[in-house]
Amino acid sequence: MTAAPEETARRQLAGLARWRPAEIAFWVLVLAAYFLFPQRAALIAEVAVIALFALSLDLVLGYAGILTLGHAAFFGWGAYAAGIAAARGWEDPVLGLLLGGGTAGVLGLLGAPLVLRGGDLTRLMVTLGLATVLHELANRFTGLTGGADGLQGMNVGPLLGKFEFDLEGHVGAAYALAVLFLAFLLLRRIALSPFGWSLRAIRANPLRAAALGIPVRRRLVAAYTIGAALAGVAGALLAQVTQFVSLDVLSFQRSADGLLVLLIGGVGWLYGGLVGAVVFKLMQDLLSSLTPQYWQFWIGALLVALVLLGRDRPRAWIAGLRRPAERAAP
Amino acid sequence: MTPALETIGLTHHFGAFCATDSVSLSLPPGARHALIGPNGAGKTTLVNLLTGVLRPGAGRILLAGEEVTGLAQDRRVRRGLSRTFQINQLFPEMTPLQSVSLAVSRRLGRDGAWWRRLGHGGAVAEEAAEILGRFGLSDAMGRRVGDLPYGRQRLLEVALAIAARPRVLLLDEPAAGVPEAEREDILAAVAALPREVAVLLIEHDMDLVFRFAERITVLVAGAMLMEGTPAEVAADPRVRAVYLGEGGHD
Repeated sequence: MTAAPEETARRQLAGLARWRPAEIAFWVLVLAAYFLFPQRAALIAEVAVIALFALSLDLVLGYAGILTLGHAAFFGWGAYAAGIAAARGWEDPVLGLLLGGGTAGVLGLLGAPLVLRGGDLTRLMVTLGLATVLHELANRFTGLTGGADGLQGMNVGPLLGKFEFDLEGHVGAAYALAVLFLAFLLLRRIALSPFGWSLRAIRANPLRAAALGIPVRRRLVAAYTIGAALAGVAGALLAQVTQFVSLDVLSFQRSADGLLVLLIGGVGWLYGGLVGAVVFKLMQDLLSSLTPQYWQFWIGALLVALVLLGRDRPRAWIAGLRRPAERAAP
Repeated sequence: MTPALETIGLTHHFGAFCATDSVSLSLPPGARHALIGPNGAGKTTLVNLLTGVLRPGAGRILLAGEEVTGLAQDRRVRRGLSRTFQINQLFPEMTPLQSVSLAVSRRLGRDGAWWRRLGHGGAVAEEAAEILGRFGLSDAMGRRVGDLPYGRQRLLEVALAIAARPRVLLLDEPAAGVPEAEREDILAAVAALPREVAVLLIEHDMDLVFRFAERITVLVAGAMLMEGTPAEVAADPRVRAVYLGEGGHD
């Protein structure tokens, strides 16, 4: 501790943003998985979609502390927006992605005042209600959505005008991983920025955050909007990769899966959503092949075990490996 | 000279109960003003009115001559009114450096920036380090706030409020709950606050009040009983009767 405090301070803050070896190793492993398991491309794409959905939920829940049971509303909206666009001749996947994400973001911005007006219990109910309303609307307007039969006739053009989506799903998986990585980079930036820290501060202590002069409400609206937009991107991605949209993109199960993924991986840090998605999806895949009818039993058992063990435990093990000043990031 | 903080006939009722009864305070820039009163005198309500947690039923609040009566909490802070809390209100999972850096970024209007990392460019880190140094927290800047001893958390409370570079600082019982061994640090930090900041100290601890304050307002049953120098307050028989009791300060 001979360094000047100013120097120490500068170094500590700069250290928060540094890429750690474990982070780089994680992404190298992701890339390796893509090349090592070409026959599992569809599964890899699905994991990427769930991971992106979990990341968007973590921004809302883990960083901003907004409880929600209806995050699937934005996921489903994005899926239908991109799906309907592709079924009506808007074939470019990147445009479809932006359309799904952008309109879901607008929906989030419009919904935020409703969601943020009450306490935690109100928020749970309002988010659940909004998702249910959208689900029923999608069910009702069969002309647009295909209703319970699902949206047929999507036609997704080649990626960047070059790469046709193949039946094995190789292009789809690469596309999904690329979108996930870009979204992750964006969220990492946000998490490390003063805006990201102001969200952590609001979650930890809204009273003190306001006493610092942070406009709490505006920050929460912004976080909710970004979270909604990214959930929309995740939904659009699913629609494009599977070339199909069914009502379950708007289901309560979808919202609950997102929460489960965060519970497995840990809330309030970005790798929680990523690791959680991998564990969740692999387990689902494994269990459903072992016991096709009862795999949900084991998911439930895991959930109970996790809560009893303490959901911060896996995260604490990992965080314990870091120096304390750097613990909170990203 | 325009007062740093002024209230004019500030009044607030909870139902039929009058918690704040036509309170008119005036703090010049750099004031060292204490607000005392027995339990239930309405000190907390007054703090809540000043900071914007509550809206007054009647009366006005002026900050450097500008009306802030209807402004939300965070906007008052941006106009130069900072506070500390009677019970620590901190971010336990963050480090002191992260907390103060966020407060400094806020003051610079950068807390909404999402593209650059916290402390980008180094100026924020340097200012945060300087503030932490002033409160003797340099060696603790990288520790988890929740792990710090209570007295040091108390110091961080004041440091966070100062990071906003306020015109007016409300100190709500800064020494409350601090063990005897750490009390001197708090008193020294309060005594060393920047001279240009007007400080309103809300306190039970008469020792602290009489060491620190240049003027004292005595609040009883929501209304101002008297205002004067510490000597005048100590000598006033009414104050002795309602507040200081038998073993009054001398």
